[in-house]
Amino acid sequence: MSNVATTTTMPNSAHPEPTRRDMLYLATGAVAAVGAGALAWPFIAQMNPDASTLALSSTEVDIGAIPEGQIVTIKWRGKPVFIRHRTKKEIEEAVNVDVAKLPDPQPDSARVKKPEWLVVIGVCTHLGCIPLGHQGPYDGWFCPCHGSAYDTSGRIRQGPAPRNLVVPDYAFLTPTKIKVG
Amino acid sequence: MSGPSTYVPKNAAARWLEQRLPILGFAHDSFVAYPTPKNLNYWWTFGAILSFMLVAQIVTGVVLAMHYTANTNLAFNSVEHIMRDVNWGWMIRYLHANGASMFFLAVYIHIARGLYYGSYKAPREVLWILGVVIFLLMMATAFMGYVLPWGQMSFWGATVITNLFSAIPLVGDAITTWLWGGYSVDNPTLNRFFSLHYLLPFMIAAVVGLHVWALHVVGQNNPAGVDIKDVAKDSVPFTPHATMKDALGISVFLMLFAWFAFFVPNYLGHSDNYIEANPLVTPPHIVPEWYFLPFYAILRAIPSKLGGVIFMFGSIAVLFVLPWLDTSRVRSATYRPLYKIFFWLFILCVICLGWLGSQPPEGGAVLAARILTAYYFIHFLVIMPLLGLFETTKPVPASIADAVLAKQAGQAGAAH
Ligand code: HEM
Ligand code: FES
Repeated sequence: MSNVATTTTMPNSAHPEPTRRDMLYLATGAVAAVGAGALAWPFIAQMNPDASTLALSSTEVDIGAIPEGQIVTIKWRGKPVFIRHRTKKEIEEAVNVDVAKLPDPQPDSARVKKPEWLVVIGVCTHLGCIPLGHQGPYDGWFCPCHGSAYDTSGRIRQGPAPRNLVVPDYAFLTPTKIKVG
Repeated sequence: MSGPSTYVPKNAAARWLEQRLPILGFAHDSFVAYPTPKNLNYWWTFGAILSFMLVAQIVTGVVLAMHYTANTNLAFNSVEHIMRDVNWGWMIRYLHANGASMFFLAVYIHIARGLYYGSYKAPREVLWILGVVIFLLMMATAFMGYVLPWGQMSFWGATVITNLFSAIPLVGDAITTWLWGGYSVDNPTLNRFFSLHYLLPFMIAAVVGLHVWALHVVGQNNPAGVDIKDVAKDSVPFTPHATMKDALGISVFLMLFAWFAFFVPNYLGHSDNYIEANPLVTPPHIVPEWYFLPFYAILRAIPSKLGGVIFMFGSIAVLFVLPWLDTSRVRSATYRPLYKIFFWLFILCVICLGWLGSQPPEGGAVLAARILTAYYFIHFLVIMPLLGLFETTKPVPASIADAVLAKQAGQAGAAH
């Protein structure tokens, strides 16, 4: 018995060079790993937004009826979008800021297409609550959840949120109509 | 579980089965003959209480799933339908909703018992780690369950918690979109949460199986923190001793459970969850269920998004390494005069964090939450390692039998 054992194990321990068999094991293993990965992907990807969710991705809004000083909330991709018709004072407050001192530095001009109209996604960049308009120390928005304050350009000024309110893709179709998305 | 079974089949059918699948012997060795330390107190009945609660949640949950509809247009009304139309639906739902709270109450007592008596120390590290895994799975299950009724707190709780993942650098937003299956918490999210809420309790049951297996390999800890040396002197058979004690523990616990479920069924819930989810209106003050409050307080205490998330998960992750942070050679707090004090300070710290988690994050509450968050981590990362080095412990009894005799002598002395 012991003879048999030694003779069968000897060749492997005596010859450390890879054999034809090692090569085959490796190739089989590699194919199996790629196969498992390829099969896993559909099971992971099925959780991403599906075609019907992606299809809903743009909305047209008539902004002609929004008076100066008001914020209108519309729903886009399941999220609120704020359309704010800013007053002179609010525009000035947004422009006259030392941009370099902001937590997420961005000049107002980079956030609007026309100074009177600010369009931002109404989701707090902290953990996703909806900030309340015309509130907080900067006259923009205030998030009741953990106390983030945004200014009249939707920029974060105070509190735990790391970034400014996001400006979605949008375009003016006519002077009184925009398309979000 | 180790060694040959002492089980003797009493009839031909049992003998026949035993030769083919020794399941009766296995059950006998695990729950009848199994030696339990004879000094166990009622804090040791919480394992049985937890097992009972897991079964209760599964039974009530499966019944709810027969009447519940996981669709954003129908979910809220289907829960109202359970409450008003389904025979006994109100009772089953209240048992399930309050059962979750009772489950957490029991698990917190069970964990605190482990902390007090040093049950996480060698050779019980794996047993302890499996327990922390169960705790995490329970949190995931309860979180997803709370989303199902699709009320305002369901929706906004889900929004805040899933947004935690967006704090991860670079891939955070992609992960959050993937979790949602869209650009916000919506129908795909509700559907997958229902699927997972159904699945996870069975995964918990599997990990409980491993937990009990590990327990039966290393044996139970006990108030004296010394292992069984002489089975005849130090232990009693599981049945009837532990079985009866567990049955009494479960009965008393059930009274509390029944009191909540039948007399104050909505006391532990939030009234905003009886308002249907509205993605365009955030409630003025979002709070999670009471059992998540200490962790929520830690999340909000850190003035940075990523930092808050790291500390919140860290507060549970630290439990995984506790067996190696505690340097003391003595297990039970009974013989550790200083640790006993720090243990109660820690419990107080967690309770205060829980209260702060329920308060709006303003002014003094934020500062207090920061101090207590710091203390939470100091307890594990500084106090536990140092205490083992500097504490003068009391003499540990040589055996469980000695501990019992010493206690009886003490009581007899006090009586005279
Ligand atoms: C670890 C065990 C479980 C825990 C901790 C748990 C927890 C919860 C919680 C907290 C809720 C929300 C209750 C409310 O406010 O209405 C809930 C709802 C629900 N759970 Fe579970 N659950 C568990 C097991 C199960 C199982 C095994 C099933 C079914 C297969 C299930 C099915 C449901 C259903 C259908 C709802 C929605 C109806 C309702 O809200 O009452 N649960 N669960
Ligand atoms: S979600 Fe707005 S401050 Fe936290």
